[in-house]
Amino acid sequence: MGETMNYRQVIARALADELAADPKVIFIGEDVGAAGGAFKSTVGLHERFGSDRVRDTPISEQAIVGAAIGAAMMGVRPVAEIMFADFAGVCFDQIANQLAKFRYMTDGQARLPVTIRMANGAGGGFAAQHSQPAENWFLNIPGLKIVVPATVPDLYGLMRGAIRDDDPVLFFEHKNLFAVKGEVEDGAGPLPLGVADVVRRGADVTIVATQQMRHRSVEAAERLASEGVEATVIDPRTLVPFDDDAVADSLRTTSRLVVVQEAPQAGSWGASLVARMVTGHFDLFDAAPVLVAADDTPVPYAGTLEDAWLPSVDRIVTETRKLVSY
Amino acid sequence: MWTIRFFEDEVKELFTRNLVRGSTHLCQGQEAVAVGVCRALSAGDTMTCTYRGHGAVLAMGAPVDRSFGELLGRAQGLCGGKGGSMHLADLSVGALGSNAIVGGHLPTSVGAALASQYLRTGAVSVAFFGDGATNIGAFHESLNLASIWKLPAIFVIENNHYGEYSPLEATTPVTRLADRAASYGMPGVYVDGNDVVAVRAVARDAVARARAGDGPTLVEADTYRQQGHSRSDPGAYRPDGELDGWIARDPITRLSDAVVAAGTLGAEQVGAIRDEVLRDVKDAAERAIAWPQPEPEARFANVWAERS
Repeated sequence: MGETMNYRQVIARALADELAADPKVIFIGEDVGAAGGAFKSTVGLHERFGSDRVRDTPISEQAIVGAAIGAAMMGVRPVAEIMFADFAGVCFDQIANQLAKFRYMTDGQARLPVTIRMANGAGGGFAAQHSQPAENWFLNIPGLKIVVPATVPDLYGLMRGAIRDDDPVLFFEHKNLFAVKGEVEDGAGPLPLGVADVVRRGADVTIVATQQMRHRSVEAAERLASEGVEATVIDPRTLVPFDDDAVADSLRTTSRLVVVQEAPQAGSWGASLVARMVTGHFDLFDAAPVLVAADDTPVPYAGTLEDAWLPSVDRIVTETRKLVSY
Repeated sequence: MWTIRFFEDEVKELFTRNLVRGSTHLCQGQEAVAVGVCRALSAGDTMTCTYRGHGAVLAMGAPVDRSFGELLGRAQGLCGGKGGSMHLADLSVGALGSNAIVGGHLPTSVGAALASQYLRTGAVSVAFFGDGATNIGAFHESLNLASIWKLPAIFVIENNHYGEYSPLEATTPVTRLADRAASYGMPGVYVDGNDVVAVRAVARDAVARARAGDGPTLVEADTYRQQGHSRSDPGAYRPDGELDGWIARDPITRLSDAVVAAGTLGAEQVGAIRDEVLRDVKDAAERAIAWPQPEPEARFANVWAERS
């Protein structure tokens, strides 16, 4: 038995369990304390753990990330919130030049167990500066781990795993999934980073997708199954480290790959995955892989425009059907 | 101060011999700021600094030979040859790292102070930075956050009057940078940065205030960069006579003259100390030159922490 809750609620649950488990864990960010978070995802933490451990900050993204870095150097395990992932641009120096490189530049003189939480992604009508799938910005920076949970149990386990990880982790919570429900089992613990979830198995095609695209891909796979096309759907859950083996293993059966992402193609995790699979496992392919991606534009505002921008279930079905018939 | 001066002189020499890669940013003339502040610290306190940070790292007590080794890209360098001149760090003595992004270490130094407050270690966190860094956003965010949380932090402006090639007055609307402290509700203290005794006195006050839980202090130490910005800069933009005026106020000459004038040491004793330091620094450089470069495979180490 477990407890059913939604994706928004499980954020506070995972944070609370790690704050309770380790007195070295602290949590800082804008309005995360007394206000309970801009998305109400951290309600109750301030009351339970106090303002020494759950700290409200000014609107100062550079100082928030920097404070987490310096505190981590000195033995604290900070969790920092950057509200909308788009605001990571404001503190890109702290993430890219300081957080990611410090351990390397000092040749291992310190570990930086910093977790940065951010609300990510499109689909909610927040328009271009509050909707970007920002996880792709960080793929080219060695030293950062990147987590993209899609479900309630994954968010719970991966959040706990991220906070316990001795490396910097960027943790992207998809704000279009806040209402998704799921169960956290009694006694559930941390999940390791870098292990994919094979959501469903089928012999005809492998579909790899994260966050809301995972849910759309599962729906597409069910529709395809009614037409007699059986898909394996893999959610890597973390982009760094990436579970390439899970994808390659599936390709040994299916020989066909569809990668679905809500970001534009250029410099994206999907483009990297396609490149790695083709260059490393060309012998497994019976057809050229397909990358179903968003358009190469900023995220638009109007519902009709944003719906068209994001890969839809229909589009995933159509592109997968085309690939399988090849 | 002599250790730093001779270290920097030697680095200049090593650079011209092509033994130091990339660039170097030397701090001859600014030694009193690093030494005066770091002498006011205790074991466990921490320090962050700029890419012009050799002096501050040495003032914290980093070994001279391994510091040379890092600049020379040697395996036994402080950072195994991965950091170089602009990223010199020795966490074992509290030197949390030089930073090559102007002002990029100010938020980090706030974090070290946060850890001290949260873990109740009593440690003080010092950040050295140049006058140019007072114009970047991270400066504002860092001082503001440190002040509202009353963190045990000290922010030390090494005002050497130039941000790279631009004179202070061309980039900054105030002449007394310590005045900026008023915006953050903390004391702003101006000190002659070429007077090591005065710097130490100011730093002791700031350390006492930080340890007492009264929050951060902004210190402006007025000093001068006797070399150009980096090795590619001869400093031709400096007005005639400016450098000479500052060399006449050289912090090391001033201290040794004062010591002799006070009768604490004789001129010969001062000279003997100077010669001993010079010999030690030269020996350290020779040792470091003899060390091997890292194996190419070492480049893969320490991107990630090993999982326990």
